[in-house]
Amino acid sequence: MPRRDDIETIFVIGSGPIVIGQACEFDYSGTQACKALREEGYRVVLLNSNPATIMTDPETADRTYIEPMTLETVEKILIEEKPDALLPTIGGQTALNLAVELAEAGILERYGVELIGANLEAIRKAEDRNEFRKAMERIGLRVPASGVAETVEEARAIVASTGIPAIIRPSFTLGGTGGSVCWRDEDFDELVAWALQQSPQHQCLIEQSLIGWKEYELEVMRDKADNVVIVCPIENFDAMGVHTGDSITVAPAQTLSDREYQEMRDAAIAIMREIGVDTGGSNVQFGVDPVDGTLVVIEMNPRVSRSSALASKATGFPIAKIAAKLAVGYTLDEVRNDITRETPASFEPSIDYVVTKIPRFTFEKFPSADTELTTQMKSVGEVMAIGRTFKESLQKAIRSLEIGHAGLEAPSLPRTPEGDAQLFESIDTPRPGRLWALVEALRRGFSVDELHRRSHIDRWFLRNLRDLAEAEVEIASTPEVSRDAILLEAKRWGFSDQRLGQLWGETEDAVRARRHAAGIRPVYKRVVTCAAEFEAFTPYLYSTYETECEAEPTDRRKIMILGGGPNRIGQGIEFDYCCVHAVFALREAGFETIMVNCNPETVSTDYDTSDRLYFEPLTLEDVLEIVHVEKPEGVIVQLGGQTPLKLAVALERAGVPIIGTPPDAIDRAEDRERFDAMLESLALRRPPGAVARSPEEAEAVAARIGYPVLLRPSYVLGGRAMQIVHGVADLRDYMRFAVKASPEHPVLVDRFLADATEVDVDALCDGTRVVIGGIMEHIEQAGVHSGDSACSLPPYSLGPEVIEEILVATRRMALELGVIGLMNVQYAVKEGELYVIEVNPRASRTVPFVSKAIGKPLAKLAALVMAGKSLDELGFCEEIVPEYFSVKEAVFPFVKFPGVDTLLGPEMKSTGEVMGIDSDFGRAFAKAQIQAGNPLPESGCVLVSTRQSDRPGLAEAVGRLVGEGFRVMATPGTADSLEAAGIEVEVVNRVRDGSPHTVDAIASGRVDLVINTVDHDPESVKASFEIRRVALQRGVPYCTTLAAAQASAAAIVAQRRRSIGVRSLQEIHAGVSGS
Amino acid sequence: MSLLRRAVSARMVLCDGTVFRGQAFGAPALCSGEVVFNTSMTGYQEICTDPSYAGQIVTMTYTQIGNVGVNPDDEESRGLFLEGFVVKELFRETSNWRSRGSLDAALETAGVPGIEGIDTRALVRRIRSGGAQIGVISTDPDLQDESELVDRARAAPGLDGVDWVDRVTCREPYRFREGTWPGIAGQVPRGAKPGVPLKVVVYDFGVKRNILRQLVDHGFDVTVVPATTPAAEALALAPDAIFLSNGPGDPAAVDGVRENVRELAAKLPLFGICLGHQILGLALGGKTQKMKFGHHGGNQPGQDLATKKVAICAENHGYAVDAESLRAAGEAVEVTHCNLNEGTVEGLAHAARPLFSVQYHPEASPGPHDASYLFGRFRNMVERVVAGEAVSGAQVARGE
Repeated sequence: MPRRDDIETIFVIGSGPIVIGQACEFDYSGTQACKALREEGYRVVLLNSNPATIMTDPETADRTYIEPMTLETVEKILIEEKPDALLPTIGGQTALNLAVELAEAGILERYGVELIGANLEAIRKAEDRNEFRKAMERIGLRVPASGVAETVEEARAIVASTGIPAIIRPSFTLGGTGGSVCWRDEDFDELVAWALQQSPQHQCLIEQSLIGWKEYELEVMRDKADNVVIVCPIENFDAMGVHTGDSITVAPAQTLSDREYQEMRDAAIAIMREIGVDTGGSNVQFGVDPVDGTLVVIEMNPRVSRSSALASKATGFPIAKIAAKLAVGYTLDEVRNDITRETPASFEPSIDYVVTKIPRFTFEKFPSADTELTTQMKSVGEVMAIGRTFKESLQKAIRSLEIGHAGLEAPSLPRTPEGDAQLFESIDTPRPGRLWALVEALRRGFSVDELHRRSHIDRWFLRNLRDLAEAEVEIASTPEVSRDAILLEAKRWGFSDQRLGQLWGETEDAVRARRHAAGIRPVYKRVVTCAAEFEAFTPYLYSTYETECEAEPTDRRKIMILGGGPNRIGQGIEFDYCCVHAVFALREAGFETIMVNCNPETVSTDYDTSDRLYFEPLTLEDVLEIVHVEKPEGVIVQLGGQTPLKLAVALERAGVPIIGTPPDAIDRAEDRERFDAMLESLALRRPPGAVARSPEEAEAVAARIGYPVLLRPSYVLGGRAMQIVHGVADLRDYMRFAVKASPEHPVLVDRFLADATEVDVDALCDGTRVVIGGIMEHIEQAGVHSGDSACSLPPYSLGPEVIEEILVATRRMALELGVIGLMNVQYAVKEGELYVIEVNPRASRTVPFVSKAIGKPLAKLAALVMAGKSLDELGFCEEIVPEYFSVKEAVFPFVKFPGVDTLLGPEMKSTGEVMGIDSDFGRAFAKAQIQAGNPLPESGCVLVSTRQSDRPGLAEAVGRLVGEGFRVMATPGTADSLEAAGIEVEVVNRVRDGSPHTVDAIASGRVDLVINTVDHDPESVKASFEIRRVALQRGVPYCTTLAAAQASAAAIVAQRRRSIGVRSLQEIHAGVSGS
Repeated sequence: MSLLRRAVSARMVLCDGTVFRGQAFGAPALCSGEVVFNTSMTGYQEICTDPSYAGQIVTMTYTQIGNVGVNPDDEESRGLFLEGFVVKELFRETSNWRSRGSLDAALETAGVPGIEGIDTRALVRRIRSGGAQIGVISTDPDLQDESELVDRARAAPGLDGVDWVDRVTCREPYRFREGTWPGIAGQVPRGAKPGVPLKVVVYDFGVKRNILRQLVDHGFDVTVVPATTPAAEALALAPDAIFLSNGPGDPAAVDGVRENVRELAAKLPLFGICLGHQILGLALGGKTQKMKFGHHGGNQPGQDLATKKVAICAENHGYAVDAESLRAAGEAVEVTHCNLNEGTVEGLAHAARPLFSVQYHPEASPGPHDASYLFGRFRNMVERVVAGEAVSGAQVARGE
């Protein structure tokens, strides 16, 4: 059946900011879908509040709205754009939920918009726990015994029959937010209350626990002619009980006989039909009893998911693209398989390799968070690796993670009964490091059966681990003369050069030299969807140690771009965005582009983004081997964040042609002493400070420059281990922790500029000319990590003199460093003085935001500059200062980590960002707050409790709120200062003064906005913790800095003056005025 | 498992001179056969016990083989008829509740040599580009001279012109009563078995048990007879229908079956699968041809031309029926199914008589169940004929 001609404009909803459970996989799927729809000639209108996406590039859709994802704004977009259809299935749970709201509110009907891909009934059937269970019963499939509760009492009645442990799953949430495993009766009420609160429908499922069963996922595609294919069966390494997003997963399934697999396949198809997903991709999860194969349906998602992204990358079958084509009327047999060109998409991929995904966690950012893995997802990213065997693929995935593991190193636990007991604890309870604990237990001679009993992980996986553990012992005991003989086999098993070096007491370089001398190098095989049955035309490659190489490098002019690896806090989608832009720009400029990355969620690892894709770990070894085969004329390291940057020096030393800013300039900016010397020569100021190589040195420096001081290890991104300390005791604590955190690099000790305004600048330099991309003024003051702070472009309060000074300083430093490409500078302004905080001669997190704010693709320009173009040639000679304001706001994962403090500091904690654009700062800020999920109230009661030092500036902000009709509640000290300024205040107890106090007031729903600032000393932080936590739980917006309070007051005023309007990015960039 | 002990102990060579060095499993032996590859990611036991692989060395494209062991329920015949087995990595320890033994041991008992640890993808690409060719595997430590092995490969007979059916068919007729695998708790409930038994005689050209099980499930009283059973003997069993099974090798080389099939096809409703489909084509006067490297796998798109629906099919054939030749022979046959990858004929139905056949494997095992509706179609056709209706295979295929 041909494409539908009765629709012209299709409205696509993206997934909003990156949060745990919904990361850049939806940029990948959304971008694919938009491309596919436009290819078919449809006009695409897009809504997504996340500026750091390729999806929201003005080129991806015909009309792009970076606006709040609410009913109000959608309605305005529908009026403006008059779409015929809405595709809700490629923007994750966010898009699906918004589509349901739109349909239920009658808005879609009102504007004649048809849901395509999945209809409302199908979405409800799949998402509503009760409906789903009934649907499964109708087709004779089993679901775990369960019941749906809307109150704690109802939940108690259900658990009486389903039993403890119980799984608690809120309805309509993503990544299992609010879900938990309840192990003890006494925890039950609290966990249910939390789940009910997290569910937009105040509904949750109390489910019989299948902990220990095997878990599988099938990615299913269906077209309107009812053709169904399974793209890929995925098996979880971790047994049921761990969220699939937090599990190590493997494709294809490994431990099912064909009979069992086909029954599962039949069940998945029956579910698609019963739920009634019209077209597109869905994901079905099953539990399997390892004892008798009993099959139980866990859930299904009637949309493209994180697993679809994984399955797409694992097989080469582009699920989102094909889902989009099916949504507009094609059938699977009418869609071509891009990879083979000749064969249709109506087939099931067959793969001749093993794919392993390992999640990446960042618990180090949230020291008080519970690291136990449960049904609520906690990981922030993932890596995927391809190997010919599970062993090889697993070991490649491990080194892709960049968590300091070159392989399956032994944890440092004593070989004593106590050490063994600790080991067992980390095997019995799933946590991020369990893999290493399992291997260590095997190394210590514990049996596969014992570990299976403890972990429920299938013996097949455990035996592979045992083989690896035994191989390590064998390798380690191989004398030097015999090492060459064992090397090839060891490489086939996935051992990295670095790990072999550890086992042999050799350097990684020595192992590599030995390997090359023995003529042992990887070959590259292609991912082709069909296990080589048909000829393939896409160079989508992975390495392995076999005989035949299929790389077939060309002799074109080529540039290699190193990607950013797994998403983590501090390094996420923004860097993938930059890499993808470089690919686009260089392809257009006639270069062959070669992408190297290991993050399956990304646009950069789509097989048709670059000319050639190497799905490989971003380690020195793996990159050097690719360079050896491809021999690119240039390698770009400055766009993928810290991951490629930290390889720069070693790559250059190995003779790899790094293009753009020379690695030495990077070192000059990172090395404190060299950097200080440069600033001095340029007569630029920085906060006093010095490098400390020992705790004693640090103490001495701090004593000299005075407390508070900012401490951080050098070479870090995302403020890892960055801390402000107020006294010598804290400093000593820190040194113990930080030195452990970064053993090879010294610690920087700087005077902390309290209450300074921080400014971020992104600039481009071609070696002779420097052009400012954007100057961003932070809302939160210095001390809050720049990635966590809201910011405004252009600055909303800085004077022209300071801005001029910033321009001059930026130019001087870029030229002095010899930057070719992008540079990011962080400044602090205190009492009119400008200080340089740090310089990063690379792409920064803010590049996509700035690019969208000014309408110029900075990363593309940077790539072309690195390839030898001048800024003049590129026509980018002058800074663009827009007449409208763009505000970036950070989005935090606190809701996933009960018990974690939400106070912001120098350690970055946000996972994503949103962007609000409007003609004045207040409204842009208000929009950003709505997008970040903290819409500001327009009336009601503001609770104020601030530290002494903020009080002088407070009255103005609170006064503005009072002027808008807000009532004010304040703690005694704060109340006094407000009353002194003539503001009428209801005094409320501090928590320590007893009930009724601030927390009671918030908990009772009497408060609509919280302004709570505290001194950063541990006591003050502890005393105010409950306020922030209860505000988070109740969904009350809160400001933890005075600057945020002032901005919020401005936003509330602006919001009340005029309702929020919408404008497309294309219109904004075209300079059309008014909204 | 030791890295160092994984010394080269087996060789595989192709007659084009390509040599692969790997490790041995299964039986210590030397074998030769046509090298084919199968793209199914599950179901190695069913593949190893499928008599259609007689005369062939089977390479699995998926790399992790042996994981779930072997069990009696997944045997597709009384033994292993393939010549040799090639995998990337073999697992000797098994992990599955159904496992009753290892694949390694099963191959050893059957005397079939296997080789692992070779670049199976390179082998597959060679076959894909150069076509199916004869290969030799030696796991015999005394027979490892590579040039000698290549000579052996060149001297070995191919499949063409050799009657492999004769080696795999049953020697005596027998009744078959076992239904399909009852399955697992929680699966999609199965349809009820039709009540009135109908009698079918199955010509065993190398029949897979799951065909017989499917026939039983569809209410047939199944008698299996040797491939060369004269039509009169089959008719003496008073069947309501005839079934022509799958089997190995070159259909044109199967002796003494065409005449029987022609006679039976004139008298009774008939359904053929795979080699049975080809033999029906030959019996009706058509021709078959050898394919470059055939179709062997569980992911082939088979389109039903009447409904346009695509079934994901298990296929296993190296020869195909030339549909044109049938028309030239004056038979009113219609093409009912085709493979969307390459457009090959996958199903035929007679426009006047109750005959139809498919090239692929609706019985799956291994593979998806999408095409199992064909057994229901067969049952329906036979019922109608028994009821006295003059229905044709083509009518049934069109859903009339």
